[in-house]
Amino acid sequence: MQLIPCPWCGDREEAEFHYGGQAHVAYPDDPHGLSDAQWAQFVFFRDNPKGPFAERWMHAAGCRRWFNAVRDTATHDLLAVYRTGQQPPQSIAPSTGQDQAQVATA
Amino acid sequence: MTVETSIRLSPLADWAAAFDQLPADIQVREMPFRTQLSLRLDADGPAAASVAEVIGVALPTAPCTFVGTDEVEALWLGPDEWLLVAPPGRQAQLQDALRAAIGDEFGTVTDVSAQRTTLRVSGSLTREVLARGCAIDLHPQVSPGGTCVQTQLAQAGVVLLVRDDAATSVWLLIRPSFAPYVASWLVDACTEYREEAP
Ligand SMILES: [Zn+2]
Repeated sequence: MQLIPCPWCGDREEAEFHYGGQAHVAYPDDPHGLSDAQWAQFVFFRDNPKGPFAERWMHAAGCRRWFNAVRDTATHDLLAVYRTGQQPPQSIAPSTGQDQAQVATA
Repeated sequence: MTVETSIRLSPLADWAAAFDQLPADIQVREMPFRTQLSLRLDADGPAAASVAEVIGVALPTAPCTFVGTDEVEALWLGPDEWLLVAPPGRQAQLQDALRAAIGDEFGTVTDVSAQRTTLRVSGSLTREVLARGCAIDLHPQVSPGGTCVQTQLAQAGVVLLVRDDAATSVWLLIRPSFAPYVASWLVDACTEYREEAP
């Protein structure tokens, strides 16, 4: 089974974790100003890159903390894990949801 | 209206006889009704220092560890969360002392004693039997005495405390609804270590 390195607990089996989707999707500054289409874009639409992807994970069977991880979607390698509120390492350059934000406010 | 009953049954009250039949090199005993308090506070804040004075030991900040005295042990469950464990019947006294010590600082103390029962597993087979359902490496180099991991044992969520450096004494904190399942799994996992029938 694949091991996922929890930033708190260290390497644990994948079965102990829950997946939380794309990380760093910013809540709209002015939700009331969005059209239905823009709101749908924020709620439902996510990047789907081949390669490094910043994701949220939660160590459900362990410390129950959310954290972020950069995972290569082609190889399943976890390239980095970092705590909530932190930014992904620059050297990895994952998709960060920026595309999304631009679409939503365009 | 709550109905007060005078009889209190632990989740594994019926399992003592089955545990007695286990191979000689592994002993399993339930330690029911232990006092358990959930403690949430900022590890660097003033409340942490106040709590340390009450329980006589600083709250562990290293992930997956526990520390304690004869009276009370503090289990790391998260960066701002601990489980304080003490012998049965100390809930009110410990809770009052902690709340008084925390005062107006930010922190919460919640009695969760009914949330888990405790299974004490000991003997030279402990590590080998647990390895059949638990992915955590209990080798002393990885999990020395003082290790406290939240993980899965045969897919059931457990808090696992390593009591000594040889992992021959392990305590499992288990939800009552999962306890009979974990007990039956343990008894089954021990089957192949039984002495051959004559
Ligand atoms: Zn964890």
